Amino acid sequence: MSTIALNTSSAIGNAAAADTGAPVRIAVKNLNFYYGDFRSLKDISIDFYDRQVTALIGPSGCGKSTLLRTFNRIYSLYPEQRADGQILLDGQNVLSPSIDVNELRARVGMVFQKPTPFPMSIYDNIAFGIRLYEKLPKSELDGRVEEALRKAALWDEAKDKLRQSGMGLSGGQQQRLCIARTIAQRPEVILLDEPTSALDPISTGKIEELIEQLRSEFTIVIVTHNMQQAARISQFTAFMYLGELVEFGPTTRMFMNPTKKQTQDYITGRFG
Amino acid sequence: MAVLSDEIVVSSNMQAGRRRTSPFFDQGFRWASYGSALIVLAVLAGIIGTMIYGGWAAFREFGLGFVTSSIWNVGGEQFGAWVAITGTLTSALIALVIGVPISIGIAIFLTQLCPPWLRRPVSTVIELLAAVPSIIYGMWGLFVFAPLFANYVQIPLSTIVEGMPILGTVLYARVPSGVGMLTAGIILAIMIIPFIASITRDMLDQIPSILRESAYGVGCTTWEVVRHVLLPQAGVSIIGAVMLGLGRALGETMAVTFVIGNANRLSLSLFDPSSTIASRIANEFNEASGMHMSALLALGCILFVVTFIVLALARLLIARVKTP
Repeated sequence: MSTIALNTSSAIGNAAAADTGAPVRIAVKNLNFYYGDFRSLKDISIDFYDRQVTALIGPSGCGKSTLLRTFNRIYSLYPEQRADGQILLDGQNVLSPSIDVNELRARVGMVFQKPTPFPMSIYDNIAFGIRLYEKLPKSELDGRVEEALRKAALWDEAKDKLRQSGMGLSGGQQQRLCIARTIAQRPEVILLDEPTSALDPISTGKIEELIEQLRSEFTIVIVTHNMQQAARISQFTAFMYLGELVEFGPTTRMFMNPTKKQTQDYITGRFG
Repeated sequence: MAVLSDEIVVSSNMQAGRRRTSPFFDQGFRWASYGSALIVLAVLAGIIGTMIYGGWAAFREFGLGFVTSSIWNVGGEQFGAWVAITGTLTSALIALVIGVPISIGIAIFLTQLCPPWLRRPVSTVIELLAAVPSIIYGMWGLFVFAPLFANYVQIPLSTIVEGMPILGTVLYARVPSGVGMLTAGIILAIMIIPFIASITRDMLDQIPSILRESAYGVGCTTWEVVRHVLLPQAGVSIIGAVMLGLGRALGETMAVTFVIGNANRLSLSLFDPSSTIASRIANEFNEASGMHMSALLALGCILFVVTFIVLALARLLIARVKTP
């Protein structure tokens, strides 16, 4: 128990300090979420800041992934799931029926628990998403693919096999391919749903480094089960429990000096 | 040697309180299950053997000409299988051309677009379609479908295309009776749809939902998700499903015999009567003897080989998907 707390506190400070003056990119207001009749998010209100990494933590089933899945409305693939309230992305309500969800999803990229390369070549995995929304000449497209792979720290490993299937890469490489695919579309926000839960420690380390670098360009929201990871890479942390937002604040304060007892208990490993 | 060591394992595993069973029982059980499996092989070998033996006379008499000649003259004892072979392949091909897109469409609808309450009924109906006996399809095809097809398709279409190049041949009905190659192909398509649709549905269902979500996650429309991610992912398994459908279409007898018209002449028109290997055998077996009988058995051999090749290819393709 105490070891966890120790490890966690030693990880704090590795990430850059929170920029509390950063503009708000996503403002969530009174968000409720329902799986059929079950209300799984209760009146959530929270702000996500521009070019900051915000970690959502909490025990399984607390609603952190559910919250993440509202930002690009991926939940709407399932007719029994619905949300009410407001999610303002640059002032525009994402939950409004008039919004074009496909365009929204290009603006709000998402990376999942397991790598999900598409059944096509490495090059096409990245070019595919770009081609959906932009008509580019070949040379420019090549440049965008290379840029995305470089930003995802995959270029050196993949440059000689761009025409090979994305399935042939290792798990960690596949996940970086998925990140490259997401950033190639130049989204405003990147959602990461436990992106390292299926990866070994070395691959996890690479992904964490990558997140740190991507922060300069993108607003990042990451769901993680791993508190050390939250402490290592995020500027802000939100702790959720049973569908409610318990506490939210700069990561350093959340881990060093939580105001709520529940947060403190979870962070020190007393439950969860 | 193997038997001996097995016995040692069995006796050492025996618990003190366990009821003693005769060592002969296990042996007997082993041989009984061996035997059941061997019976299948024996029956198959027997079928192949008798067909080759029975058809040998025809193969020896006509040689390669048995396959390439299109003359089938029972009275003159001249037999060539070409019409039946092309008829079999053409009708099966028509069935695929019509049936595969519809099957894939059904599978996509069921897995991606169908509201949950409708999914069960549609799936059940498709499975029921597979359970309809082929004689029913044959009767329905002959008594219901063929007259409608003649009135509303063959006659108007023949009037339009008459005299045109190519179309005037392929879609012209000399005798618009409703039966013929295209009718057989359509009925076969209806018969293979349930197989291809339900296998394809299962393949699409097996794709992890997270892959589908990531495809939607980059901003794909449903069509783009299906076209670029789900179908390629299911890929070769769908080809396997198609091959199984093809296997069925090649060998289907009763329904085809009803609606193909059973004519022994080569025709370029899809509206003209023709025959397939299976329909020819079903029609003529009763009165056959001597060389005629041998020719029919040889036809059976050819059908066997064609179907076997198709199914083997299907197996190979499916196995190749499962390995990586």
